[in-house]
Amino acid sequence: MIEIIDLHKSFGNHHVLKGVNLKIEKGESMVVIGGSGSGKSVLLKHIIGILKPDKGNVLIDGIDITKLNERELYEIRKKFGMLFQMAALFDSLTVWENVGFALTRQKKMRDEDVKKIASEKLRLVGLVNVEDLMPSELSGGMKKRVGLARAIAHEPEILLYDEPTTGLDPIMADAINDLIIEMKNKLSVTSIAITHDMHSAYKIADRIAMLYDGKIIGTGTPDEIKNTEDPVIKQFITGSAYGPIKIEGVHNERSFNRA
Amino acid sequence: MFKIIALIGKVILNFSEEMGRILLLFSVTLKQMIIPPYEVRNTFKQMLEIGIRSLPVVLITAIFTGMVFSLQTFTGFKRFGAETLVGTVVALSMTRELGPVLTALIVAGRAGAAMAAELGTMRVTEQIDALETLATNPVKYLIVPRFVAGTLMLPALATIADITGIAGGYLVTVGLFESSSIVYWKRTWDYLETSDIFNGLIKAAFFGASISLISCYKGFYTRGGAEGVGKGTTGAVVLSSMTILISDYFLSAWLFR
Repeated sequence: MIEIIDLHKSFGNHHVLKGVNLKIEKGESMVVIGGSGSGKSVLLKHIIGILKPDKGNVLIDGIDITKLNERELYEIRKKFGMLFQMAALFDSLTVWENVGFALTRQKKMRDEDVKKIASEKLRLVGLVNVEDLMPSELSGGMKKRVGLARAIAHEPEILLYDEPTTGLDPIMADAINDLIIEMKNKLSVTSIAITHDMHSAYKIADRIAMLYDGKIIGTGTPDEIKNTEDPVIKQFITGSAYGPIKIEGVHNERSFNRA
Repeated sequence: MFKIIALIGKVILNFSEEMGRILLLFSVTLKQMIIPPYEVRNTFKQMLEIGIRSLPVVLITAIFTGMVFSLQTFTGFKRFGAETLVGTVVALSMTRELGPVLTALIVAGRAGAAMAAELGTMRVTEQIDALETLATNPVKYLIVPRFVAGTLMLPALATIADITGIAGGYLVTVGLFESSSIVYWKRTWDYLETSDIFNGLIKAAFFGASISLISCYKGFYTRGGAEGVGKGTTGAVVLSSMTILISDYFLSAWLFR
């Protein structure tokens, strides 16, 4: 179980997270939605301990990771796998070396064994005969698949997805959604995804939480979110430029209309 | 008036902040260098990148520096009949100064820029975050191998530069000006001391450590996309070169008392 308690984070004068509270059950698929720059990525990076909060706690199976030293933190990260927005493949390594990175480094496996497992994981995400290619030779959708294969290679218990469908065509995006659901069912992992793609959120989520103004302003099942009366959530999920959510840099929507 | 004072204060503050952060990174690097497991494979890869790949440029620079040095010294010293000292002058200047400093400047421009650009790109494309999520310490994986390789390869390259430079001097003095070969070597060996070579190599090692640390720092803390990578790379070369030239004076004053 993952528990985030009263999480605060500022960058300079910019107060990004203003007391986030969120609980994610084991085996659950949680999707955090929110506008660009609302701090979704920052929240995700706190869950895996890449960023340290100014205040608040993150509990992973009861262990407060904000209090851990470096070594303990690296130990607990072995429970995690993360898929990055632009896949973040290591471009000096081949595809199989990327997928097997954690196996080579953490488990000190021999190259042949790593390559075998890498091929297996790549097949799981629907890729064959790409082992010896370099990341620069792959398309965007393939990169995400390889990134996913890398995230699951060391058999993590928790999978984090940073905008898994952003930058993909609708068909490829749906294929990635299917993969996320498949991962959850096959590997019975807890997953947390952040996105602003509502189609994807409805499809992959058990529960959806909305991050707005540095706080979680509401959580619910996809159906509950669809039928919400909350004006902020309603504006976001229907994708309207008019409502309580202010667009950054646009101060007066009337003058915006008149123009 | 206050504006000027504020500006000076700001510059000093920024400079100290940067120095502090570089020293902090230095201490983390040393710590990660000592703790096993060791990054043997990556270190050899970087030694190849910094050492072997820089060799052609170092060779060309060193031979022409030796050549032009003896050319200028020979014609200059001829005015007061001291042409026989050319061998001494070339040997002393190559081993004490030009070998280490020119090699360092070349490596800063070549390998230092490459380090900053590579690490900077890895930062802005989240590859460094990805390392963390795969339970790998990015300082250990990325910076330690570059730091070790830089510190070891610079003295090696400087040694080669010393020899090549002296050979270049010989070529011009003996080949072009038809001075005596025996006199050139005698003058070279008579006044050259082991400490000249050795202290020169200490400087080279220091330059190597500084270049890799500064370039890795600039790359590692890159912000702001492609523009940030460009700025980081430029910053790495400028700061490395300045550090080489300024620290060279103080190191020389200390080593060659």
